[in-house]
Amino acid sequence: MSDRRTILKGTAGLAAAGMLAPFSQAQAQAQTMSFKPEKGAKLRVLRWSRFVQGDIDAYMANVKRFIDATGVEVRVDNEGWEDVRPKAAVAANTGAGPDIILSTNDDANLYPEKLLDCTDLAEYLGKKYGGWYPAGQAFMRPDGKKWLGLPLGATGSLLVYRESHVKAAGFDGIPKNTDDFLKLCRALKDKGTPPGMALGNATGDSTWCNWLVWAFGGKLVDHSNKVVIDSPETLKALEYAKELYATFIPGTLSWLDPNNNKAFLDGQISLTNNGISIYYAAKNSQDPKIKELAADINHSVFPIGPVGVATESHLFFNQMIMKYTKYPNAAKEFLRFMMEKQQYDAWLLGAGGYVAQPLRAYESNPVWTMDPKHLPYRDSVKNLRPAGYDGRLGYASAGAAADFIIANMVAEAGSGSKTPKEAAERAQKRAERYYKI
Amino acid sequence: MALLARLQNSRNALGLLFMLPAALLLALFLSYPLALGTWLGFTDAKVGRPGEWVGLENYQFLWGDEVTRLALFNTLVYTSVASVLKFGLGLWLALLLNRNIRLKTFFRAVVLLPYIVPTALSALAFWWIYDAQFSILSWALVKLGLIDHYIDFLGSPWHARIAVIVANVWRGVPFVAITLLAGLQTISPSYYEASAIDGATRWQQFRHVTLPLLTPIIAVVMTFSVLFTFTDFQLIYVITRGGPLNATHLMATLSFQRAISGGALGEGAAIAMAMLPFLLACVLFSYFGLQRRKWQQGGGD
Repeated sequence: MSDRRTILKGTAGLAAAGMLAPFSQAQAQAQTMSFKPEKGAKLRVLRWSRFVQGDIDAYMANVKRFIDATGVEVRVDNEGWEDVRPKAAVAANTGAGPDIILSTNDDANLYPEKLLDCTDLAEYLGKKYGGWYPAGQAFMRPDGKKWLGLPLGATGSLLVYRESHVKAAGFDGIPKNTDDFLKLCRALKDKGTPPGMALGNATGDSTWCNWLVWAFGGKLVDHSNKVVIDSPETLKALEYAKELYATFIPGTLSWLDPNNNKAFLDGQISLTNNGISIYYAAKNSQDPKIKELAADINHSVFPIGPVGVATESHLFFNQMIMKYTKYPNAAKEFLRFMMEKQQYDAWLLGAGGYVAQPLRAYESNPVWTMDPKHLPYRDSVKNLRPAGYDGRLGYASAGAAADFIIANMVAEAGSGSKTPKEAAERAQKRAERYYKI
Repeated sequence: MALLARLQNSRNALGLLFMLPAALLLALFLSYPLALGTWLGFTDAKVGRPGEWVGLENYQFLWGDEVTRLALFNTLVYTSVASVLKFGLGLWLALLLNRNIRLKTFFRAVVLLPYIVPTALSALAFWWIYDAQFSILSWALVKLGLIDHYIDFLGSPWHARIAVIVANVWRGVPFVAITLLAGLQTISPSYYEASAIDGATRWQQFRHVTLPLLTPIIAVVMTFSVLFTFTDFQLIYVITRGGPLNATHLMATLSFQRAISGGALGEGAAIAMAMLPFLLACVLFSYFGLQRRKWQQGGGD
């Protein structure tokens, strides 16, 4: 642990120094929008934590720089990401609490009227940094006009695999389409090095089920929020799930978030879906055998299904300014400051590939090239679809996702405990309840 | 002054006054949350958003919701099987510990261990024991040559249900055993001596001396045990999160999942409230069925 911290800290510091040099003050001033913080402004920031220490270190370094530059007092509180959601909701609706909240997924869509309009800031940043990816807009600008806050990024859940095993199975990396991907999985199983992905009620790692359903054109709801999960496209996806599940290592129905990490590091599976954490754990392990494994680990984006476009599902991070804040300008200035190149580049680097940027310009951040194995995670916001695709986000989409409707459906059909048709009908019924309101 | 003096002389007023702190505590920490929960169950409240009154809509939906029905079924199976096992094993253990064995105090202390370890920790241990890939049980059985592949403890619905029941029993037995042991020790040895002189066998002693005198304790212990089991949360949340395919979701875990993770406070509250009739029935059963038997008051059987 301490090993990893120092490594990440080191790289973050180095990078920050590197970033600063070519960025002269005059240049920065030229196209800088800025908000004048209120006199005596104090900010409280509530943010999720913590996938990697380097993220916190780099974030806090930026906060300190903000304090030094503006004199605004800033207090940052960290909470586990699943705990931020209820706290943010209570703060929004009681009108008291942190001024700025960094939360996840569709949170901003639960109480849009309680959030400070960030349109000017978002448009300025978008223009300056090559534009926001569509996913960020789907979450934060649901009506196509008003920005409810700013996207912060996403932590990708991609395919993590053993290069030597994939090669032994006769493939040069992960195939680009779902048909060949199934062939690869079958070959891996035949070689005794099966794949495995979580099918239990795993909050983070069961999201690959979304990818699967979307890849074949299935979706929970259509554009008008009508539940359409019981569709021929979904059935095709579920038939595929059956074939895919047959190649999995036994026991994936019970897998929660940590299971695939353990099984992968132990060499029991050769392919799974995960954040970059398995690779990091291996790279920084004290155990020489596991350290060796790191050289054999590689990452890939998910294959593309019959729909012909990337359909990935990742954990999205937002930044919201609460309307009740007494210091709206200071809050906006804080978000602006954190998203500007000097700060954001250093933070992205500190997070070591756990977080992908929401603005195109940051694709050139060195974190994606310093290790070629980081590269697939770069496009995690670019390829992302919100879990409530293709409808409006809000309480219905949040509730349906938290109830594991899609993951349960894929697990039921995949394991054969229900036929694809039965599983889809059940999901339809369960989802209709959420979307009724 | 006069008022104070009158107050000091009035038994009723004084009584009320002394009860006030306790009553306030009860109202604040028991009645209010209960009332709030009941009210929430009739609304469509979301986390952080006050709800509108929707009458019985939540309950209507839950009645038709397959997952909730499954959770109710799971809870009933979990509670009944685990309680019976805990009672049987607990009583057995208590009887053993009540005998004069060597290192009696040592064993009595050891028995309590599972109960002392925080549930979240023992649940983590069981989670490893049941792991699909790293299960120590499977590993040992494979090494012994008894099985040729790892047991999928948590992967199929009935395996998972049995697995979590075993974990619950392991954790719950000490409570039953130690409390029953305390009950056993209140039984005067003279009853046993008298019955022995009359030629009673061990079984007859148990049946006609031990059991009747232990019944009040059993009633209390089992009421608590059933209540704890019925409302269990931690074990399930750590070991399975309600999976696989919701086969181990209990009312409590489902209520949490819907109310907090899913944000549907009203619905979650309704699930929690739906547990009340069962809990009430259990309390009433033990109260009327077991504690008021005539023979306890010296009457005939």
